[in-house]
Amino acid sequence: MKFKGTVYKFGDDVNTDEIIPARYLNTSDPKELAKYCMEDADPEFVEKIKLGDIIVGGENFGCGSSREHAPISIKAAGISCVIAKSFARIFFRNAINIGLPIFTSPEAADNLEAGDIAEVDATRGEIKKAKREKTYRAETFPKFIKEIIRSGGLMAYAEKQK
Amino acid sequence: MGYTITEKILLSHAKGISEIAPGDFIRANVDICLGNDITSPIAIREFRQLGKKKVFNQKRVCLVPDYFLPAKDIQSANQAKLLKEFAAEFGITNYFELGQMGVEHALLPERGLVLPGDLMIGADSHTCTHGALGAFATGVGSTDLAYAMAFGECWLKVPETIQIRFTGKPRKWVGGKDLILHVIADIGVAGALYKTLEFTGNTIEMLSMDDRFSMCNMAVEAGAKNGIIAPDKETEKYVKAAVRKYKPARKAYKVISSDEDAVYSDVREYNVSKLEPVVAAPHLPSNGKSVSQLKDIEVDQVVIGSCTNGRISDLKQAAAVIKNKKVHSRTRLVVIPATQAIYLEAIKEGYAETFVRAGGVFCTPSCGPCLGGHMGILAKGEVAVATTNRNFVGRMGHPQSSVYLSNPAIAAASAIKGMIAHPADL
Repeated sequence: MKFKGTVYKFGDDVNTDEIIPARYLNTSDPKELAKYCMEDADPEFVEKIKLGDIIVGGENFGCGSSREHAPISIKAAGISCVIAKSFARIFFRNAINIGLPIFTSPEAADNLEAGDIAEVDATRGEIKKAKREKTYRAETFPKFIKEIIRSGGLMAYAEKQK
Repeated sequence: MGYTITEKILLSHAKGISEIAPGDFIRANVDICLGNDITSPIAIREFRQLGKKKVFNQKRVCLVPDYFLPAKDIQSANQAKLLKEFAAEFGITNYFELGQMGVEHALLPERGLVLPGDLMIGADSHTCTHGALGAFATGVGSTDLAYAMAFGECWLKVPETIQIRFTGKPRKWVGGKDLILHVIADIGVAGALYKTLEFTGNTIEMLSMDDRFSMCNMAVEAGAKNGIIAPDKETEKYVKAAVRKYKPARKAYKVISSDEDAVYSDVREYNVSKLEPVVAAPHLPSNGKSVSQLKDIEVDQVVIGSCTNGRISDLKQAAAVIKNKKVHSRTRLVVIPATQAIYLEAIKEGYAETFVRAGGVFCTPSCGPCLGGHMGILAKGEVAVATTNRNFVGRMGHPQSSVYLSNPAIAAASAIKGMIAHPADL
């Protein structure tokens, strides 16, 4: 699987209250949640992005609450994938479980700048700027997690196990 | 080579393995799983899509609509109704309607529903609170909860453990909240990312269960997967009393502790005998400061409650500071007992009257304003001191409001003084 999109860059410790504030948690409808994606980190984020764009974060992306609404709102807003130096652990598992592609790559997170066009080869775990040769490696997932990702998420994986 | 308490609990619940090491991915049996009115609606939707006719065990699923009840709006009411209908349809015994309901991480231990040695997952990040019982408890997402409700299991990565060793007797007005804020200030909000924080040392035996819950509660604010404290006499006393009173379906528990030769990724020692109360300034729980560093900060609202500090000893401490005094005219005081039992005891002990006579409000159990839900949302530019666990941007209301995190005594003193204060300043 390959992704290509404009980079939107955020700093360290982006928390789930910034990704989707609790004032919108009286619903779990993805379309509704998408409208407010990243609102408290960048109020104009949803207006600016196009389908397939990429979020790049620093350390501990998605820290804070367990709300799956956070990766759901990112996915439903049309973001193709999130690249970060590291992910907070519940966000990490939620993204895998709902099928939002995520990549841990300190190198890519350092070198990609806001407005860059990034290309991601999910299968190879390679990230690069468009029209450049240099690629950045993303951490690979263990076999068990790969199976969940390949299935499209934990529930799809569960269906296959039946 | 020995095991830590976390490794022992994970190994005893893991499927098809006979040894375990940090970094291993395991499938583990879940003793108890938990959801609330924010996270369960998604879990219920996912569960229904699987088409299963039964949950894995009707007595081991807990549904607690503690976030937005009494319903703050129509959508919240609809979400809570989903839980109620699901519980009725699938015969889930641990569903708690308003009137029984309390803040989930105070309610479940109080009812004896989480026991030492358990493996618990909860679709709420502060599920790590229950580690104070000597259980492995970790926060997960809604899909994980759906999977656990269906199959009674969960995938987990075995964490490395950091041992946090506390020594010395804490001073007056210093409690579990200060100890954990001190640690988070030291190691940072990602200082224990993906790891276990195991709290040990001679200070632990001097701490009440309420203090221990508040320490394990905030393990996640250092990025930890779980916080854990090996059970001792205090733990067993607490658990036995809960089991006797509420007669939960499961009563047998296992007291587990780390081996002498267990392997830790880091051991950090803190002598807390001289520690002053710690206040975390906006906008991260790691911005710990002493009260004297923050003395000129005027406070619009004080919140005493939550899964961190809404228990009876927290209210007792706050009431002791507030008794026979008045809340400052610029400040609102909102006190929220974590459960109905705590609410009743606070009335019986006279704490509720103390808060109301001082000019505060005494509310029904709820997560309330902690995450900006209801019952005390902050306006633009307002400042709160709260005994809660997070002070992120916009956490309690307007994105330009701010939250200082403290223990209940500091919060109470700040309500009286109208600015951040130590009880000794009154």
